Amino acid sequence: MTARSGRALRRKIFSHSMTVLSGAAVVVVMIPLFWIIYECVLLGGSHLTLNYFTQGTPTACSTISCNAGGGLGLIQGSAVVVGLATLYAVPVGIAAAVFAVEYGGERGLARALSMSADVLSGVPSIVVGVFVYVLVLYFDRSLVFSVFSGSLALGAIMLPIVMRTTEEALRTVPHSVREAALALGMARWKISLRIVFISALPGVLTGVLLSIARAVGEAAPLLILDNTNLHFISLNYPSESMSLSIYLWALTPYKNWTNLAWETALVLLIFVLVLSLASRLVLSRLSRKWKA
Amino acid sequence: MTRGNPFPPRSLRPIHRAPKWGDRIFFGLTLLGALGLASVIIAMVVSLVHGALPAFYQINFDSFLFGHIWNPDGCLPPPIGFGPCSYGALPFIVGTLVTSAIALLIAIPLALGAAIFLTQHAPLWMREPVAQIIQLLAAVPSVVYGFWALIVLVPIMATDVNPVLAQNLGWTGLFGGPHNTGLDVLTASLVLSIMTIPTITAISRDAMEAVPRSQKEAAISLGATPWEVTRRAVVPYSRSGIIAGIVLGLGRALGETMAVTMTIGNRDAIPTSLFSQGQTIASLFANEFTEAISPLEIPALIEMALLLLGICLAINIGARLVLARLQLGGRTTTE
Repeated sequence: MTARSGRALRRKIFSHSMTVLSGAAVVVVMIPLFWIIYECVLLGGSHLTLNYFTQGTPTACSTISCNAGGGLGLIQGSAVVVGLATLYAVPVGIAAAVFAVEYGGERGLARALSMSADVLSGVPSIVVGVFVYVLVLYFDRSLVFSVFSGSLALGAIMLPIVMRTTEEALRTVPHSVREAALALGMARWKISLRIVFISALPGVLTGVLLSIARAVGEAAPLLILDNTNLHFISLNYPSESMSLSIYLWALTPYKNWTNLAWETALVLLIFVLVLSLASRLVLSRLSRKWKA
Repeated sequence: MTRGNPFPPRSLRPIHRAPKWGDRIFFGLTLLGALGLASVIIAMVVSLVHGALPAFYQINFDSFLFGHIWNPDGCLPPPIGFGPCSYGALPFIVGTLVTSAIALLIAIPLALGAAIFLTQHAPLWMREPVAQIIQLLAAVPSVVYGFWALIVLVPIMATDVNPVLAQNLGWTGLFGGPHNTGLDVLTASLVLSIMTIPTITAISRDAMEAVPRSQKEAAISLGATPWEVTRRAVVPYSRSGIIAGIVLGLGRALGETMAVTMTIGNRDAIPTSLFSQGQTIASLFANEFTEAISPLEIPALIEMALLLLGICLAINIGARLVLARLQLGGRTTTE
């Protein structure tokens, strides 16, 4: 009797301690996120002023009365390279998603397409960079190290994100809506565009923003293709950018550059976290909209 | 995900009318998009094979894959060249595998623990918000991880963690050698583990949530404690999903560049302990790609990229097939 209840007690205690351990795992897992946010706010927030958005990159300087400068040049460089990438990735990604949802059927083709997007998003970004290097080298040697080839790599990284979020948003629109429109005699392409796409538009837009956030933070392909400390000149030359400047200035002895790197990290972090939170909210709201 | 449409659109298409031009054009345009997506993957494989050809032809494959010494500069004529001419990729292959393996060793218990807590024990109101917060870890740019690790984590490892490990676990041989820089395999693996945790947590959480209630209730009715329910009912049922999540986490760790480059110490040699500096394939690209001067160096690097691409494609296709069969992973795919 006592032996049995002793064993039951041991099992119970073991079970409780495993519950506590798994709860502790949740806390431990979240620590790095808040630690990173804390350090970025601490080290970047103390210098971050509106000047960040109005002044260009300062010249290197390590005395106390340095020109702090700002991140305008970095923002400009990132905006050009990511903007160009958006131009390639968004139309292709949206078209591929519409094709998968409207013509791909329930399985087979649609699944193959979304799986290839998933596989593409699993390719390391540095490998995408090497791929674009080889590709551009083959066609035009002079363009290899440029904003243009950097944008190609970022486009290939954004494409699967745009495609998958668009696909998910389009799939939240129930079939009954399409069927209702078909019954009214509407052409299929008009249904796809004016009804399905428009209803899913918030989801599509946040998907686009999410992919932009991802591309702005991406530094590895730019390290190979678009690596410099200089201002943006034209698409044929490399240009400075936000993500890469963090890497290049991480260990620089120049105090104003280090501060700028922390400010950039903070701005990037806020941008990325806000966008990815917003996109989750929009997507979950979209899928709830039709259930009511 | 919407599934099981009882009226497939095809059957609703008016039978007697010829398809309209608007429909055809729209179909063609979206088809172009789909082909564009597929062609990126094909172009990637073709380009990398093309770029690696000179290395295939001119470097002995065995000495490439199993060579211990990476010294492309030695292949140049004497004034520039120095040392033996050798394109051994083994240090980077080992570095990549070792850092990823240690990262998984750290990440798996934490990620699975978190997934178990969030699906079995946590109060309902906190499950979704906490899961979303953990997912935010996947959104942090890897260069920000690297910067944080370099400035914050590396000094802590060098002064507080590494000496303790060396003192207490030095006898294992894993923690030998100088450890005062903090830039080592261990730090890189630690950062990698943080970056793989959201992937593993999200997918195993999906898998554990898909376990039917009846399975758990059966275990409870037999008198199982909460842990026994998890251990005997939930984990066995969701095992393949959990493994797919771990494999996808591995895929992320293998190709991670910025954070590893900033923390691993960048030394072209096989790491001899967790405190030795090393180099992964990805960090080698970051360090050498734009500074390659010997003629076969770029092709050799591309050959390594092809190797990495092959591994990552295999990992992703395999894991995605498993997840598709389980009908999981719909919401965890974008990051």
